[in-house]
Amino acid sequence: MTLESKIPAGPLHEKWDRHRFDLKLVNPANRKKFEIIVVGTGLAGASAAATLAELGYNVKNFCIQDSPRRAHSIAAQGGINAAKNYANDGDSIWRLFYDTVKGGDFRAREANVYRLAQLSVNIIDQCVAQGVPFAREYGGLLDNRSFGGAQVSRTFYAKGQTGQQLLLGAYSSLMRQAANGRVTIFPRREMLDLVKVDGRARGIVVRNLVTGELESHSAHAVVLATGGYGNAYFLSTNAMSSNVTAAYRCYKKGAYFGNPCFTQIHPTCIPVHGTYQSKLTLMSESLRNDGRVWVPKEPGDKRPPEQIPESGRDYYLERKYPSFGNLVPRDVASRNAKEQCDKDKGVGETGLAVYLDFADAIARDGREAIADKYGNLFEMYEKITGEDPYVTPMRIYPAVHYTMGGLWVDYNLMTTVDGLFALGEANFSDHGANRLGASALMQGLADGYFIIPYTLGGYLAGASLPEVDASATEFRESEERIREQVDRMLSIDGRRTVTDFHKSLGRILWDECGIARDEQTLEKARADIAELRAEFWQNVKVPGDAADLNQALENAGRVADFMEFGELMVKDAIERKESCGCHFNTAYQTADHEALRDDENFCHVSAWEYTGPDTDPIHHREPLYFENVELTQRSYK
Amino acid sequence: MSSQTINLTLKVWRQNKNNPRGALETYPANNISTDMSFLEMLDVVNEELTAEGVEPIAFDHDCREGICGMCGAVVNGRAHGHMPETTLCQLHMRHFNDGDTIVIEPWRARAFPVVKDLVADSSGLDKIIQAGGYISINAGGPQDGNAIPIARDNAEKAFNAATCIGCGACVAACPNASAMLFTGAKISHLALLPQGKPEAKNRALAMVRAMDELGFGNCSNEAECEAECPKGISIREIARMNREFIKAAFS
Ligand SMILES: Cc1cc2nc3c(=O)[nH]c(=O)nc-3n(C[C@H](O)[C@H](O)[C@H](O)COP(=O)(O)OP(=O)(O)OC[C@H]3O[C@@H](n4cnc5c(N)ncnc54)[C@H](O)[C@@H]3O)c2cc1C
Ligand code: SF4
Ligand code: FES
Repeated sequence: MTLESKIPAGPLHEKWDRHRFDLKLVNPANRKKFEIIVVGTGLAGASAAATLAELGYNVKNFCIQDSPRRAHSIAAQGGINAAKNYANDGDSIWRLFYDTVKGGDFRAREANVYRLAQLSVNIIDQCVAQGVPFAREYGGLLDNRSFGGAQVSRTFYAKGQTGQQLLLGAYSSLMRQAANGRVTIFPRREMLDLVKVDGRARGIVVRNLVTGELESHSAHAVVLATGGYGNAYFLSTNAMSSNVTAAYRCYKKGAYFGNPCFTQIHPTCIPVHGTYQSKLTLMSESLRNDGRVWVPKEPGDKRPPEQIPESGRDYYLERKYPSFGNLVPRDVASRNAKEQCDKDKGVGETGLAVYLDFADAIARDGREAIADKYGNLFEMYEKITGEDPYVTPMRIYPAVHYTMGGLWVDYNLMTTVDGLFALGEANFSDHGANRLGASALMQGLADGYFIIPYTLGGYLAGASLPEVDASATEFRESEERIREQVDRMLSIDGRRTVTDFHKSLGRILWDECGIARDEQTLEKARADIAELRAEFWQNVKVPGDAADLNQALENAGRVADFMEFGELMVKDAIERKESCGCHFNTAYQTADHEALRDDENFCHVSAWEYTGPDTDPIHHREPLYFENVELTQRSYK
Repeated sequence: MSSQTINLTLKVWRQNKNNPRGALETYPANNISTDMSFLEMLDVVNEELTAEGVEPIAFDHDCREGICGMCGAVVNGRAHGHMPETTLCQLHMRHFNDGDTIVIEPWRARAFPVVKDLVADSSGLDKIIQAGGYISINAGGPQDGNAIPIARDNAEKAFNAATCIGCGACVAACPNASAMLFTGAKISHLALLPQGKPEAKNRALAMVRAMDELGFGNCSNEAECEAECPKGISIREIARMNREFIKAAFS
């Protein structure tokens, strides 16, 4: 099968308009005859489900949590980008497009990114109309701030909880549709398989997490908005239930997986402090607007920060990147933090941290102004560490945060399985090899509110979809396979817990496929994961039974998929013999240790096709064409 | 801050389909680092229980950052424990002492039946929102986000009400198991914004009615909800809701 990106013809700025015109429409009276499954209730899923219901489709919406409002999107802190140019500081759709392509180190499709930048402005309008309480200036107009990788102020925010406010907006629209019967919500359900009939996605099988029952649901199309797979690393900033299972099981059913090795490691997180730790906490990138990053100049200097005079400090980002300073993109900031710690300049008990210091900002603007902007983040930091960041600098270190990789989709957001669409972090789409801050929320909402309503309609209007219901044999077979796997996991009764395996997997991926990688570490990772996976199926201990709420069992399924998927990540990293964005192979770097791309050989998306549990996946390549921006070495100096 | 280890005794509510009435069980929690969060402490205990062949304690959680509203239990009689404005996942063990006994129970309210152990069903809160906790607009084509300026003070008040994470602690803390704080926060958030004004009347009536129908109790001004709310939602939101409700009921 060849990969068809289906990018419309025509000049960049007309592509989406023309495409919308070319897409077939479903007659409003016919929409109610279609059933659509939307898996996920984060920004992407909730906005899609609500909007499709508003158009008149019958929507079934699934999530793992007890309420759709709790999806991982709720935790986003810093903000959402939009090319409104309210600040009159030179922003434009073109600049947002350009920054995103460049920030992604030229590994995303121009057409998709341009559409995203165009739609960004509508998102803000939509959210304001829903009652999202964005931050405002004294004059009553919307306020903006800056994020990494940009020199303009285009980030809209609601204190440090932009994600919760945007999600509550989407959720409220969803609840309105649930009340009028257009959407049925299925909480506490986990999708465990995609069901295809005659080659098309026609339903899913989910496990009811309260009763343990397997439930089959049929539909005319399936929309996956199940988020990212950062938890493959065990420790990440993602919510505990974030998983790859839904996407991975679609991959096993023929959806190609795009760029699995592109994982973003966020520079400003609270450092690891113990083996019992269950997750890492992000300190929003917005803090880099006012915080200054530094380490001691001398290796091994273990004095407390207040005893290190100005002359003994190295504000290394400001020194190395004078024009972007503390606001360099995330991949650059993370790599630099690691580099400093590798030189024994790391701070704190473990030596795996750098300072993020607000002393100058507090002296300049006053404590109150800083509290106004970041109060809740400072409180969170204090709750976790027991230290007061108004007084002593924060200690931060990079942590796994976001996955640019995901199911491969065409311009319509359809995967290689007909009728299966992927939105939000679950697809590989718009961020190339590195996502800019405040762009994930934008992408999720653009996909859900403004893209899928058109492209899904185009698919439904053009496809012939005979009636299928959940009694079809394809559903029974799928349920049978899931039941076998569940029974097998429960029957092993070995000696290691699921969490223990997950921690081992995380360690392997972090050490060997993390901020920096090379051929040797990657080959080692491959062997290590294979060995761990074999042990899992011999020695895992999953207590409890299948017909009950059983959190260990839920986790076991997710960890089993993370292990298989980990091998795919590593394979993808091995095959990409260049550095780009977050994929930093130490063999490919410039003289100043920046990622060195190989545009001749690797200016493509890697899309992987599953071939079986013990055979190598097939590597497909979608070439990327840059007709509107010039491929340059990224520089933030 | 340097970490220490402490030893604790837990008395945890265990309830499942084989034990539908439920009871407190006692477990030791030894060598607990004071840097752990409460949920990490439970993780450690669960790993040990699993190794011993005892079914681990079921508890709800997801973000572990105090924002998703999924976690929550009554700890020594206090919803989310004794620290002010702190969710259970953000409660850290440095606030407990070596030798403490900690009693951990699920939310208890008529409208929140226990599912298993510490897991309760709080889906009634979604139903209250379905009754009117939204602004009726469809996606596509609204006016420019800056078309209606909103005084910063009002925007901030709306934001403060909107910080509710829907955790249900207010219901669990209330002697009447009322959802007034939760409902008041949502009604206030929307009523304070110009976009939410047109529907303010119906919204207040419908949401309050739904709350009654779902089996939540009435408010008798105990203010326990405010004391336990991890987001510092003020009972002023209830007063504002009552004003909205009265305006609506008598017009
Ligand atoms: C701490 C943090 C802060 C962030 N801050 C920002 C920010 O300031 N700005 C920004 O732009 N981005 C930010 N991001 C990134 C952004 O929040 C996410 O990329 C985005 O919210 C993902 O949204 P989503 O809708 O794709 O998926 P999610 O919000 O992850 O939702 C996934 C949904 O799928 C469901 N689901 C998953 N698997 C299954 C399954 N197997 N069966 C059934 N349902 C399933 C879940 O229940 C959930 O409802 C942040 C991320 C983190 C971790
Ligand atoms: S009002 Fe407070 S206690 Fe009640 S649900 Fe909201 S955040 Fe929780
Ligand atoms: S786990 Fe999300 S608020 Fe506690």
